[in-house]
Amino acid sequence: MYAYDEYDRTLLAERVNEFRGQVARRLTGELTEDEFRSLRLMNGVYLQLHAYMLRVAVPYGTLSSHQLRRLAQVARRYDRGYGHFTTRQNIQFNWIKLAELPDAIADLAAAGLHGMQTSGNCVRNITTDQWAGVAPDEIEDARVWAELLRQHLTLHPEFSFLPRKFKIAVGAAHHDRAAVAIHDLGVRLRRNSGGEVGFEISVGGGLGRTPFLAKVIKPFLKKRDFLSYIEAVLRLYNQYGRRDNIYKARIKMLVHDLGAEKFAQEVEAEWSAIRDGALALDPAVVAEIAARFRYPGYAPLDDNPPELTAARADARFAAWLDNAVHNHKQTGYAIVTLSLKPVGKPPGDCTAEQMDAIAEIADRYSFGEIRVGHEQNLVLPHVAQRDLPPLWRALDKIGVATPNVGLVSDIIACPGLDYCSLANARAIPVAQELSRRYRDLDLARALGRLHINISGCINACGQHQVGHIGILGVEKNGEEFYQISIGGRADEHARLGALIGPAVPYEEVADVIEDIVETYLDLRARPDEMFIETAERVGVEPFKERVYATR
Amino acid sequence: MTSPLQQKLRITGPSVVTANRLRDGAVVYRTADSTWTNEIGEAAVVTTAEAASALLAAAKAEGTRAVDAYVAPVLIDGDRVVPGNLRELIRLRGPTIELPITFGI
Repeated sequence: MYAYDEYDRTLLAERVNEFRGQVARRLTGELTEDEFRSLRLMNGVYLQLHAYMLRVAVPYGTLSSHQLRRLAQVARRYDRGYGHFTTRQNIQFNWIKLAELPDAIADLAAAGLHGMQTSGNCVRNITTDQWAGVAPDEIEDARVWAELLRQHLTLHPEFSFLPRKFKIAVGAAHHDRAAVAIHDLGVRLRRNSGGEVGFEISVGGGLGRTPFLAKVIKPFLKKRDFLSYIEAVLRLYNQYGRRDNIYKARIKMLVHDLGAEKFAQEVEAEWSAIRDGALALDPAVVAEIAARFRYPGYAPLDDNPPELTAARADARFAAWLDNAVHNHKQTGYAIVTLSLKPVGKPPGDCTAEQMDAIAEIADRYSFGEIRVGHEQNLVLPHVAQRDLPPLWRALDKIGVATPNVGLVSDIIACPGLDYCSLANARAIPVAQELSRRYRDLDLARALGRLHINISGCINACGQHQVGHIGILGVEKNGEEFYQISIGGRADEHARLGALIGPAVPYEEVADVIEDIVETYLDLRARPDEMFIETAERVGVEPFKERVYATR
Repeated sequence: MTSPLQQKLRITGPSVVTANRLRDGAVVYRTADSTWTNEIGEAAVVTTAEAASALLAAAKAEGTRAVDAYVAPVLIDGDRVVPGNLRELIRLRGPTIELPITFGI
């Protein structure tokens, strides 16, 4: 866990007081809605279809049990008893009342939580690998660098009014679990041929109406230059990003228009003027931040303890162990994913009762620490392997031990038309129906890793363009239709999916997905060839033929 | 379905003016006597662009009771007024899904 300092606490307290005054002035009419809108957005407050929505940042996806309990309290006291974890490691409350928001954010601030920079044209919550700090394949803990950026870019006066929002992800492992390629700016820790650790910097990724994958503009950046180089990227974007057209305002359009090479040259020119200035990183500063990440005092334990071997006799436990538990960098420990995708329920939703229970479980089994992943699941990052059997029983009891992590029913979905004022079509009911169709876990396991992503509009919060199967809701003459794409992925081999043909009506979506899955089963070269591998090998045509043969 | 907030005013049938209540964001409808109600059946129904524009202009002039007013289609079913599309139906009745509170432990 990272321990916030006095600067953070003061900043949050000041923001609460400021927002309380703004809300009071809005309620009396002293501020008009036009004046107030940007102020509430700066605190993560949206007006959705039937209520205000508060988006709370979870920096680099790390929560303490104390913070999770506070989220539960806010859900219970100010909302309707649940929250929704998002694809950017945030949590959203869907039914907050404006008049009660100041009290809600005061309660959150007391636990070091806030909604600052979760909306508006600024640098948004900086995300990372939910396994950061414990993943066996990582170079370093990516959160140290994400925290450095968080400190530098929180209320940065030069970057508080960018042309459009700006999303940063930091990854440090060989396997990209942070979807770095679909971010405005991507950071991946790298080791050069001399063994030195630095960063690969990519820019211009983003989904939405015009999707692009990020392009690498700096294959290796030294640690001392981390802040100055990113500052140069942001300066260039701030100066040349399109403010006249919201559809062309993201940095991806600037990079596309200029070309990555030219963009990189411009960044280098800007950077050369500042790289040896105040932003050149002193290793002592980095060390100070790293020291504030407190790691648990792990016990000296062996892998595969006898308790685990004995518990495997229970087939349900064994299925969960094989699916939701992963290797830890520390011998005798494990990383455990909590599925927020129970059959027939909205992806990413978590009740206050579940939050409280997970906090208690985290205290008992994971040194009080919880992570949020962009797949809308939670993670307990420090579990002793010998504790896995009782942990499983506790998680199963509260409905977060469905062994479907990474499988067909582990669906990423945005809130869609059931909540969102921008949506064209519903996303959650489609996910619910698909999870019911694939409730047979033997079948799901036989299908192997298969990511379905659903967005209710082209803004792509469900990241449909990088789903192995992507589903995009559109509207045709007042009816919900869905475009289906296949072949997308958001990992270190990121690519955008390809449309298979005309959109299909709401009632047919699940049937179409079943047709696609059956086609995969017919075509896969061997049982362990993943859906995405088959799709890359055979292309769109066989899927298209099957889906539209009878439609 | 582009957000109605982004659409030019266009009336193709009976319509109402709807908004969200400032204090809590709840869905409300403009009445003929210049108040707001959460009952769509009590909303003022207009059938011309001119009437809709006038109703909307008055609603938008409101400072503190409701925000983000816009014109929404309705259907007249006998003596009942019902939302004219899925978006408005969801705004009136809430999400089409069972809310998660019901699967608490």
